[in-house]
Amino acid sequence: MKCKAGDWVRIRSVVLAPHERAASIPDETRAVPLEMRVKGWLVTNEAVIGDKVEIRSTLGRGYHGTLEAQNPPYGHDFAAAIPELLRAGEELREMLAEPDGESA
Amino acid sequence: MKSVDYDSVMARRNETMLSALGLDYAPFLQHPVTFDYEALMAQVAYSLDAVRDIQARAGVGNTALIELRQINRLVRKLAPKGKGARIFVKDEAANPSGSYKARRAALSLHHAKASGFKGAVAATSGNYGAAVASQAAMRGLDCIVVQEVFDSLGIGQPEIVEKGRACEVYGAEVLQLSVGPELFYQFLRVLEETGFFNASLYTPYAIAGVEPLGVEIVEQMEAATGAAPDAVICTHAGGGNLTGTARGLIKAGASACEVIAASVDLAGLHMASDTDFNRKHFTTGHTGFGIPFAGWPDRTDVPRNAARALRYMDRYLLVKQGEVFYVTEALARLEGLERGPAGNIALAAAIALAQDMDADQTIVVQETEYAGAGKQPSAQLSFARDRGIDIRRGDPEDEVPGASVVIPDHPSRLKLRDVDLSRVRKSLIRKARGMMPKGSALNQDDIDFLAAETRSGPQFVSDFLKDMSDG
Repeated sequence: MKCKAGDWVRIRSVVLAPHERAASIPDETRAVPLEMRVKGWLVTNEAVIGDKVEIRSTLGRGYHGTLEAQNPPYGHDFAAAIPELLRAGEELREMLAEPDGESA
Repeated sequence: MKSVDYDSVMARRNETMLSALGLDYAPFLQHPVTFDYEALMAQVAYSLDAVRDIQARAGVGNTALIELRQINRLVRKLAPKGKGARIFVKDEAANPSGSYKARRAALSLHHAKASGFKGAVAATSGNYGAAVASQAAMRGLDCIVVQEVFDSLGIGQPEIVEKGRACEVYGAEVLQLSVGPELFYQFLRVLEETGFFNASLYTPYAIAGVEPLGVEIVEQMEAATGAAPDAVICTHAGGGNLTGTARGLIKAGASACEVIAASVDLAGLHMASDTDFNRKHFTTGHTGFGIPFAGWPDRTDVPRNAARALRYMDRYLLVKQGEVFYVTEALARLEGLERGPAGNIALAAAIALAQDMDADQTIVVQETEYAGAGKQPSAQLSFARDRGIDIRRGDPEDEVPGASVVIPDHPSRLKLRDVDLSRVRKSLIRKARGMMPKGSALNQDDIDFLAAETRSGPQFVSDFLKDMSDG
């Protein structure tokens, strides 16, 4: 996908390479770089995904990184209902449908 | 030009933090352990009434207190005769950014603006980011949020993605990082580059901002029932929620009210693990923060943490992930309130606790939070199921964090699980002793300080110090 200056994009950059990471963290975390993603307006004239680019954030701050996506969707949603919880809800309603009485 | 490699930035951490806080911590750092906590809190130059006024002008606070009448009926059905305390909930979701965190951000950002800062930076993956962004927006301040969002595959669990979106909606520049505590390095770099205010969750302002919540609870409970509550349950992570609420309760004269912490039990999952990151179905209010912060508060982005939960904690209860999802369903189905996970952690504990308390007693669950996309059990559990987590009905005692979520097969499965607070207290005392330079000992002033820090007594502290030196 071709992006042009002024597009709202997301870039990715490496903050710390694996060998630069803190000594105290678990091995699986130290095996991978600390990465940062930030969104902003593309400054670079023309670019495709994977190019090194420059952006301006919503506050006007400049960032350099690898172009990852043009206006990416957030992606999270409500997903599907959980049948185990639906059943639990019905059971609770049923319990309260019975008149209140002392039960020990 | 300053060097920006990891070691250089970390070496400048104290000067960076201090210039970004507008507070003088020097008087509180003269001794490795002991300092005057009340004097630290007194750095807040506003009275309680002034704080309430500042917050009211920002649309913060004065949230409704709701009695959970249907859940209370359920509790009475489950409880032995004469038992079954009434549960009330403080509907903090009504705050501008959808959670009680607006209280902490409101006072901090008011102070930042009054001190001449042009913007604020917050290091948080939670509701606090949205709260700072929202309060900055209404004051015309810039806001940058530094968040831990993704694992190394670029995947974030739905609630954390939602929390990032909320910050962007309020106009913040959001720096989204992969897993790791070195987020703090990036945070320091941003502070150095911008000269913005460090909107830490742990300044005296961020804690004083919660105190009105405790005061409102007492005022509203007195109006509703004629008395202050017998117990207040706070979802506990970093400790600011409990600390500020407890201080407010005391200021309102409710010193006898029991203050109880509640966290989700995530035992076995490592908070800095790239592979465990997306196997947690709660982003906060869990033991990964709650236990370490109770046992040693000074592990934050300020020189002295004003959130010192163990000073105020009478009891600490653990709940299972499956219990909280179950209670979230119950709150929606029985009370008509769809709310996000944070307050429902305390509510799960409250339902178990109420059955152990007398029928004429009362409990306040002191927060709710908003329920946007990503925050619902449907989003969290669908994401979990896709990653092979076993989700089933049964006894939540069988739940294994990171492997299963067990949704209770009956409300009587909700259980009281106490954290042994004497262990947490001893851990704090052990750490304090370790802070002392070789050859120097803790004197009586230090012992009194540690007694207050651990809500114990000088005898408890002395006895344990003696045990350690004997052992």
